[in-house]
Amino acid sequence: MAPVATAPVEEQRKIEETALITGSEAIAVACKLADVDVITAYPIRPYDTVMQYICKLVANGEMDCEYIVAEGEHSQFEIVKHASACGARVFCGSSGVGWMYAMEALTVTPALRIPMIAMVGNRALDDPGAFGVEHNDALTVRDLGWQLVWVDSAQEALDTALIAYRVAEDRRIFLPCALSCDGAFLTHSQSLVNIPSQEKVNQFLPRYNRADLLLHPDNPITVAPQGNEDWVMEIRRQNYAAMERTYGVIKEAYADFERIFGRSYGNPFFEEYMTEDADIVLMGMGTLSTPVKVAIRKMRAEGKKVGFVRLRWFRPFAAEDLAKCLGRFSAVGVIDRDYSFGSPYLGGVLAGEVRNALYPSPGKKPPVLDFIAGLGGREVTVPDVEKITASVYQAAAGKPQPLTQWIGLRE
Amino acid sequence: MSTFVKIDPTQGLDPFKSVKKIPLEEFFTSGHRTCQGCESALLMKMMAKAAGPRTIVLGSTGCMYVANTTYYSTSWVVPWMHTQLGSSGSAALGTAAALKVLMRKGKMKKEPINVIAFCGDGGGADMGISGISATLTHPDYNCLILMYDNESYANTDIQLSGSTPWGANTTFSTPGKVKRIMHHRWKKNMAGMMAAGHPTCRYVSTVCMSYGLHAMNSMRKALAIGGPTFIHSLDPCPKGWDYDPYLSHEMGELAVNTGIWPLYEVEDGVLRLTGRTQQIAAGKIRRQPVRDYLTKQGRFAHFTSDDTDYFQSKIDEMWTKWLFPGVIPFHKELEADNPPE
Repeated sequence: MAPVATAPVEEQRKIEETALITGSEAIAVACKLADVDVITAYPIRPYDTVMQYICKLVANGEMDCEYIVAEGEHSQFEIVKHASACGARVFCGSSGVGWMYAMEALTVTPALRIPMIAMVGNRALDDPGAFGVEHNDALTVRDLGWQLVWVDSAQEALDTALIAYRVAEDRRIFLPCALSCDGAFLTHSQSLVNIPSQEKVNQFLPRYNRADLLLHPDNPITVAPQGNEDWVMEIRRQNYAAMERTYGVIKEAYADFERIFGRSYGNPFFEEYMTEDADIVLMGMGTLSTPVKVAIRKMRAEGKKVGFVRLRWFRPFAAEDLAKCLGRFSAVGVIDRDYSFGSPYLGGVLAGEVRNALYPSPGKKPPVLDFIAGLGGREVTVPDVEKITASVYQAAAGKPQPLTQWIGLRE
Repeated sequence: MSTFVKIDPTQGLDPFKSVKKIPLEEFFTSGHRTCQGCESALLMKMMAKAAGPRTIVLGSTGCMYVANTTYYSTSWVVPWMHTQLGSSGSAALGTAAALKVLMRKGKMKKEPINVIAFCGDGGGADMGISGISATLTHPDYNCLILMYDNESYANTDIQLSGSTPWGANTTFSTPGKVKRIMHHRWKKNMAGMMAAGHPTCRYVSTVCMSYGLHAMNSMRKALAIGGPTFIHSLDPCPKGWDYDPYLSHEMGELAVNTGIWPLYEVEDGVLRLTGRTQQIAAGKIRRQPVRDYLTKQGRFAHFTSDDTDYFQSKIDEMWTKWLFPGVIPFHKELEADNPPE
């Protein structure tokens, strides 16, 4: 190999570049930039590509961390949980039933106030086996104190990973964050990504400081004793308060991100697309945005004023902001890439949350229709979106529509 | 070991020469709520003493979690953290990995810190065996996994575990009118399994707190040798075994002297029988009949003489038929097994 001219360290730290990489690779790069200390891997598609990239970074000497291949997801998440308690910045992840196998560890992680960042390569739960995307895996932890965020591009994945570390490791928060990336559509799809310089990342992301909660002989604390009815309620309330604070801390982090990197995401909690003059809007999370945006541009050309709201942060759920936003439209069509069998009106998880957010709102409450689509990785097509839109328009005109409809279903 | 494995220095703990050399300072003190005669609590106390102040202890769910760490009255002087029932292996690994990398990167002051994760027999021999096994295959992390074996899920009402002896009465194996023996599985051989299955694990041993100095020195050796290590302690339990608490010490001695609980260590692959077990193997003392042990415990009160004879025959087999007597159940020839009807 020809000798490569290497710039001095100070110069290298200023280098910013653009690379054609997948969503998984973008998160691996974020881990490198964040100087993560302990990473645990266990194979399951589609998330595991991130661990393959990290393995290469470690093997090539581009990243210094303990890279541990665990013997199952339960151990995978327990190992990093304990490493984080000792002051290490950690990363891990999983998909589908792998995430479920780790469930006990996922439960105690927020309870212990561990700022773990985990990538969820969203995948349908077994059975039957399917590699494709569904959001039910990540959503299982929605009540436990995990912050949950969905991204829809490799760039957003990289940026949000850095933001997630900044928020999770804030002493006011100390809660884990699951970074959800749709299996295949994002984990395996390449796009051009701006990789920020190490210098800027260091400016944005301070070192993880476990402070008074550090498990070390110099700070001989007892962590997670038996609390019982005497204290558990007060401890739960602390987690409640930390989760309440995430809303403000996330806003701060996005503002700082924009200041340092010069890239803005607007409202951190949800993205609005062509909503300014919209009559009705569609709503969803993750890479659904691609076919929906294409369909909206097509329908706009036909004179239909349709907009799209893509929810990023599911936990915390910016209910007031969202209710205020949705109140501007005459009907809302939520596309759920998940299910919640037997739930109110037999709808999906997201639609239930949206109706919940709207109910106490002092503003206008548009009708909310729910569309179950794209399960198991099935493609949501432009005609699917047009069909959804037609039904939402009917609802806006006051014509009764089924509250939950399955779209793209073979019948 | 290849150059890809870098083992950090340990505290190099030397053995205590005698009981009188053991420091008075305690790192597991008042505040716990264990039963009278609890040998596991004694093990915790002596473990903390053997390891000293520069130690992190991880405790998986079980008696030694629930009874020892009531909120606001912890008995631990050293830093202590709860881990899940099946996570002792992962807790040890994660903690050791964090210390290693943070010290390497200069994010934490360099010094050898002992990492000990303990688990009960339920957390270790049943649920956590896969995590423990995985940890013992990672040569580059200094940690000790200590399994305190009171032969049942003693914190949840005495249910049988994979480490409960054959025939014992537990709340999940209560003898009835038709079935006298509800637990017909033989106790798992954890130490032998860990030693045989993990060739790069440098130290595995069995201990019993009836021989406290031996146990403490075994723990010090396990912490000093480097890499992941495993110790299996048999802890008589008055509540679970149903005997008078003042007999705990004697019960441990009987377990060793009857040959039911062989004491041994495997250091860098070399097997050495230790303590009374060594003397039994060398023919210096005779094994006591298992009857002396079984009849003192309520959990075997339903045994007929056939049951006791069968138990004795299985112990005899350990000593006369196994290739490594008392350690690993590889036989020289095929043997018939005839449990009582």
